[in-house]
Amino acid sequence: MLESILTKYPKDQDMLIEILLDVQNQKTDQYLSEAEIEQIASYLSLPTAHVSSAVSFYTFFSTQPRGKHVIQVCKDVPCYLNDSDNLVDTIQKQLGIGMHETTEDGMFTLEPTSCLGICDGAPAMRIGEHTYTKLNKDRVTALLAEYRGKR
Amino acid sequence: MEQKLLTKHIPGMDPMNVQAYLDVEGYQSFLKALKTRPLDIIGDIEQSKLRGRGGAAFPVHMKMMSMAKQKETTRYIICNADEGEPGNFKDRYLMENNPHQLLEGMLIAAYATRANKGYIYIRGEFDTPIKIMQEAIKQAKAHGMLGTNIQGSGFDFDLEIRSGAGSYVCGEEFALIESIEGKSGRTRVKPPFPTDVGLFGKPTLINNVETFSNLPWILSMGGETFASIGTESSTGTKLVSVSGNVKHPGVYEVPFGVPIRDVIDTLGGGTQNAQKIGMVQLSGASGPIIPEYMLDLTIDFDRFEDFDSKTGAGAIIVMDDQKDMFDILKRISDFFDHESCGKCTPCREGNVHMSKLLNKFLQSDATEKDLMNLESLSRVMHQTSLCGLGQSAPTAVLSTLKYFRDTYFDRIEHPQEGGRA
Repeated sequence: MLESILTKYPKDQDMLIEILLDVQNQKTDQYLSEAEIEQIASYLSLPTAHVSSAVSFYTFFSTQPRGKHVIQVCKDVPCYLNDSDNLVDTIQKQLGIGMHETTEDGMFTLEPTSCLGICDGAPAMRIGEHTYTKLNKDRVTALLAEYRGKR
Repeated sequence: MEQKLLTKHIPGMDPMNVQAYLDVEGYQSFLKALKTRPLDIIGDIEQSKLRGRGGAAFPVHMKMMSMAKQKETTRYIICNADEGEPGNFKDRYLMENNPHQLLEGMLIAAYATRANKGYIYIRGEFDTPIKIMQEAIKQAKAHGMLGTNIQGSGFDFDLEIRSGAGSYVCGEEFALIESIEGKSGRTRVKPPFPTDVGLFGKPTLINNVETFSNLPWILSMGGETFASIGTESSTGTKLVSVSGNVKHPGVYEVPFGVPIRDVIDTLGGGTQNAQKIGMVQLSGASGPIIPEYMLDLTIDFDRFEDFDSKTGAGAIIVMDDQKDMFDILKRISDFFDHESCGKCTPCREGNVHMSKLLNKFLQSDATEKDLMNLESLSRVMHQTSLCGLGQSAPTAVLSTLKYFRDTYFDRIEHPQEGGRA
C-alpha cells in the first residue's frame, strides 16, 4: 500500500509532511512504523534521521499504534472557560482509558490538542478529520456511541 | 459599531461557487491590477498604511517593496493560514466563507512583487478550510484567474496548498518555511529576512490570510480612502475573535479605534450569566491579560505597544470573575511548553520552569522567592528568545504581575484551592 501512496508524489524533499500525513491517515492504526519511515526516507533520498525528526516534531504523527479513531480534546483557555462538564474526564470515564491511551478494542485513542481554532464553538474536539463543537456530557456520550456503531 | 469590508459579502454567499464572488465584483481589483504598474500598486498599498494582521503589524508595503527590489527572479508568495493562537478563529472564518477574496489578494500581491508561485500553508486541524480552499483554487483556475498567461497579461501564477501537522510554532514565518520545505518547524536566525532569503533560499513574501484579504479592497477604493477608515496609526478594519465567557462568541469586523468594552458588551453580548468580568486576555495565549477597568482601551496597534505586544491577531478572551488566575496562567504556560520548538534555550527551558513555578501558585505552595524567580525568568525569556513564540510566551505572566500583583501575594499568604489545570 505504501508504494502506491508514494508514487503519487514527486521525489521532492518538500513533499515530506504531505506524504507522512497521507500515509498515516490511510492506516487503521494511525501511526508510522519504523519500516515505513525508512521507506519514505529512501523514496525522497533523505537520511532516516531527517524523517524521524519530523515525525517526532509534529503532534499529528505517532510512532505507536493508535486507535481507529483518534479523539483530540482541546485543552486551551477558551475551551476550558466553557467546559463545565469536564470533557476529558467524561471521555476517560466512558472509555476507561487515560490520556494518550487506546481502548482495548482498538477503537479510540484519547489525546489532548492545542487550540483547534474554533473557539466560538467551545468546548471543541476532533475525532479523526471531523471537528465537533459546543460539547457537553450528553453530546459526547452520543458521539462516542455513534462512532462505536460505525465499526 | 461593525464596519464590514472583508466580511461584507459573506452573508448568503456560497463559498464553493466562484460565480458568487464574481457577482459581487470579485476579481475586479486583480483585473485592474493587471493593467497597473507593479510599483504603483505597492504605492497604493503604502498610501493605505495597511499593517500586517498576523500579529506583528509590520507595514505591508515595506515587505512588498523589499521583495520587488530583489534581483533573483524566482520568488514565492506564502499565505500564512496556520492560525493556531488560542482564541483566534478569524482566518478560518475568512477561508470558509470567502476563499476567493483571499486568492484575489494573493494574486494582487504576486503580480505587484512579480512572484510566480504561491503556497497557502493551512494548519492540519483545519479540515474544512483546506477543502474549501482546494475547491476555490480549482475554480479560479477554471475561470482563468490562475495558471499561465493569466487573462492574456503574460503573468503566470500557480498556487499550492500545504497542510500543517499540529505545530503552533509553524505560524512563525521561518518555522513555516522550514515546514513547507519538509523539515521540522524550527525558526531561523534573522536577518536575512524572508524577502531576501526565504523559501528554498529565494525571496519570499509571507502575509496572513486577513492581510491578503484586504488587498482587493485597497485597490478598489484606493489607498487614501482605505486610510481614512480606522485610526491614524492603524488603518482599515480588524476582524476580532471574541470568545470565552460571553453570550455571543464569534468573529466581528470593526474599524480600528473601537473600545474593547464595546466589542464585548455590544457584539459579544456581555458575560453569559451576567457575572462580572474578571480578566480579559487580548491577542490570544501570547497576549496580555488585563483587568476590567482597562477595557476602555481601544483596538489600535500603537495602544498595544504598552504591553510590548501588538493587537496580535485580534482575539478577545473574556473570563468571568469566578475563574482562578493561576489555573488560566498554568494552561497558557503548558501550551507554550508543548509548542516550543526547542531550538533556543530561553524558550525550551524557560517554559518548563515557568510551568513548574505557576503550578506552585496553583497548588498554594509558592513563596515570595518563587514570585521573584517567575518575574526574572519571564524577563529573560521575553528578551532573549529567538522568535516570537519564546518572546511572547511570558506576556500573560508579565501582564498579570503588573495588573494583578496582589493576586500573587494573596496566594502566597492565603493558600486556597486552585482550578484543575
